Amino acid sequence: MSTVKQAKVLTKGQRRRAQILGVIMLLLSVAVVWLFIPNAAGQATFGLSTPDEAIQLDPLVVPATGSLWFLAAVLAFLGGTQFFRGFQSKATIFLGVALLIFVAALLVWATAGKDFSLIGMLSSTIARCVPIALGALAGILCERSGVINIAIEGMLLGGAFVGVVVGSLVGGIGGLLAATASGAVLAWFLAFFAIRYRVDQIIVGIVINIFVLGLTSFLTAQVLVSRPDLNDAPILTAWQIPILGDIPIIGPTFFNQTWFVYATFILVALIAFGLFRTRWGLRTRSVGENPKAADTVGINVNRTRYIAVTLGGLVGGFAGAWFTIGTVGRFDENMTGGRGFIALAAMIFARWNPIGALAAATVFGFSDSLQQKLAVLQVPIPSEFLAMAPYLVTIVVVAGLVGRARAPAADGQPYVKE
Amino acid sequence: MAEQPGRAGLDARDETLGQESVQGASVRAAVMQSFAVDRLDWRTAFLVPGLAIFSALVIGGLILMATGSSFSDVLSAYRALFMGAFGSWRAISETLVAATPLILAGLAVALAFRAGLFNIGGEGQILIGGLFAVILGFSISGVPAPLHITLALLGGVLGGAIWGAIPGYLKAKTGAHEVITTIMLNFIALRLLDYLLLRSFIQREGRNDPVSESILPSAQLPRFLTPVDPSLRVHIGIFIAIAIAALTQWLLFRTKLGFEMRAVGANPVAAKYAGINVGRSYVITMAIAGGMAGVAGALQILGVLGRATPGFSARLGFDGIAVALLGRSNPYGVVLAALLFGALRAGGQEMQATANVGIDIIAVIQALIIIFVAAPALIRAIYRVKASSAQAPISKGWSG
Repeated sequence: MSTVKQAKVLTKGQRRRAQILGVIMLLLSVAVVWLFIPNAAGQATFGLSTPDEAIQLDPLVVPATGSLWFLAAVLAFLGGTQFFRGFQSKATIFLGVALLIFVAALLVWATAGKDFSLIGMLSSTIARCVPIALGALAGILCERSGVINIAIEGMLLGGAFVGVVVGSLVGGIGGLLAATASGAVLAWFLAFFAIRYRVDQIIVGIVINIFVLGLTSFLTAQVLVSRPDLNDAPILTAWQIPILGDIPIIGPTFFNQTWFVYATFILVALIAFGLFRTRWGLRTRSVGENPKAADTVGINVNRTRYIAVTLGGLVGGFAGAWFTIGTVGRFDENMTGGRGFIALAAMIFARWNPIGALAAATVFGFSDSLQQKLAVLQVPIPSEFLAMAPYLVTIVVVAGLVGRARAPAADGQPYVKE
Repeated sequence: MAEQPGRAGLDARDETLGQESVQGASVRAAVMQSFAVDRLDWRTAFLVPGLAIFSALVIGGLILMATGSSFSDVLSAYRALFMGAFGSWRAISETLVAATPLILAGLAVALAFRAGLFNIGGEGQILIGGLFAVILGFSISGVPAPLHITLALLGGVLGGAIWGAIPGYLKAKTGAHEVITTIMLNFIALRLLDYLLLRSFIQREGRNDPVSESILPSAQLPRFLTPVDPSLRVHIGIFIAIAIAALTQWLLFRTKLGFEMRAVGANPVAAKYAGINVGRSYVITMAIAGGMAGVAGALQILGVLGRATPGFSARLGFDGIAVALLGRSNPYGVVLAALLFGALRAGGQEMQATANVGIDIIAVIQALIIIFVAAPALIRAIYRVKASSAQAPISKGWSG
């Protein structure tokens, strides 16, 4: 990682970008005043506890109009400061803060005069970020070693299918293991064609996606329709962690979830530690950045890649099981619905960093659950636009903040020993 | 460079680069590959794809047998597949109908590949192009058919070009990766269409579900095999698609703009120092690619569907990626690949209807064909044939 110190004096382009970000924040403030304040009356009630919790918190009740004016003022202050002075390197964080404030204002406006379970939304945010975070991790493991993985979607879908069929036959844990293994098989094919036959890695990825979509759809129509007993897996239920799960707000959000959620957090930590703090990680990253140099010091480039890609596949297949064993217990055609591509975006968004990937996945999970909850509150915004919001936000954030993402230098290039 | 027997057999082109330094050879090979108008011998052009199709069908048959079909079932399924694709006027018509939008969707990906861009946004570009075409198709009345069709097609070009130019512009100005932005724009286009199809100026009168007004007869693409049988659906769109493929070939290999695109695709840094405006090339490439996908959407609307429904693109944009890969980003290769995929799609419908084999097996066969074509070494190893493995560069990594 290069850490070039940025010069204090801003270039013209940076100055302009800072001003654009400032204008965006000011516009958010104006939007709050214009769109939300005239239609908000009464009090907004936010539930902070679920009924079955040991410690019950009183719901948070705020006057709608007053708090909207306050939030608009904070937004205006942030925007003004960014426009005239610029937060410079912290601009990213402050744009994030501004977006959060805007979402808070949206919620206050939508909830004005009604009840809204804040805890319900937070807990579904965490649940929904699982497949995206794990999918991004699958991508990161492959790409850090220099193998492009756009087969995440295929791995998710394959894992979901194998998970439900094996899960129906032998039970949830067996299904989980089989799904995980199926991801590894697909990843091994990716590695085999990319390394042994030096096929363009994007082609192999697309092929795996088409193959898995075709095969699972075919088998669903041909086999599962006539054998519904094979499409009925037990669902892994939420398991509350003792003590931690009883903490108000944090407990139901983080510690009363399925094993998929806990596994996601553990895997993010493990992979971040593994990649950046262990010998294996250093070798894997060096193979992804400069395979020739790695080879020179005695690292077996292709074996390292096989291992990293297969590990990525294990994570991808496990993530796929979430769709069936983790939620509904049955498989539907193309049920991943492009989540693997969102995971791909989260991976690039996070610049191939596991912890960043979790953060990016949380943003997607949040907007996913926000959209659902707002539909329940019957806000006068067309549901299609609510559904569009996460994608628009991604574009704005990627274009405005992330800019040029630098992939591992040897990503996508087969290594030929000379 | 020391001769390595294994390698020399694998990479025929390297032999011609004999004594040069390794570094120089690989750079030169890369540049030559990217600039060569693909010159392929007959083995590479036909034998390998032929064997790839054969192998894919064999594996597809094994999958069918694994799900309970007997050997004779598989044979009759494949007979239905073939008859459904080529066995009658009707079959040929359906093959061409399916191939028409695939040619354009494939070109939209292939052109972008040549310029170092990965356009996953075909799906959204098709939807927006088709949306523009359907609006022009039902709202303009009282104009002669040729004019009306032209206007609606141009609307399709415009819609797709706008939707394509956005990621190009964002990449040029901010460096936002086109893979992310095109994927996001696919989802946005899908939702936007859902929304607009329920607005009163587009929704068909008297309907509560999301369906657009039908296009007027003057905007319908003429069907040219109706003298043989009035039910044959093949329309003049197939000629438009092939003409655009020829135009793309000309653009890429005979014009300054095409040269610049390929130079940027081969090496954006070198292109920049050679005085090419890389950002402008990204915007123009994506606008043209989007425009072609937009035509695919317009042809579907004006030639086949007659109206817009949610997600009418039906994964054509994604199939376009496969077609571009199979056609090795060569415009004529894309036409052949699209004809093959169109035949599989048309035949697959017949196979589903008469042999009761799910059409999704076609996607499996398509995937296998692509991987066998992309890994000629595998085909060579299985069938012990000689063929060059020289490949035009097909895609770029993230940093492209």
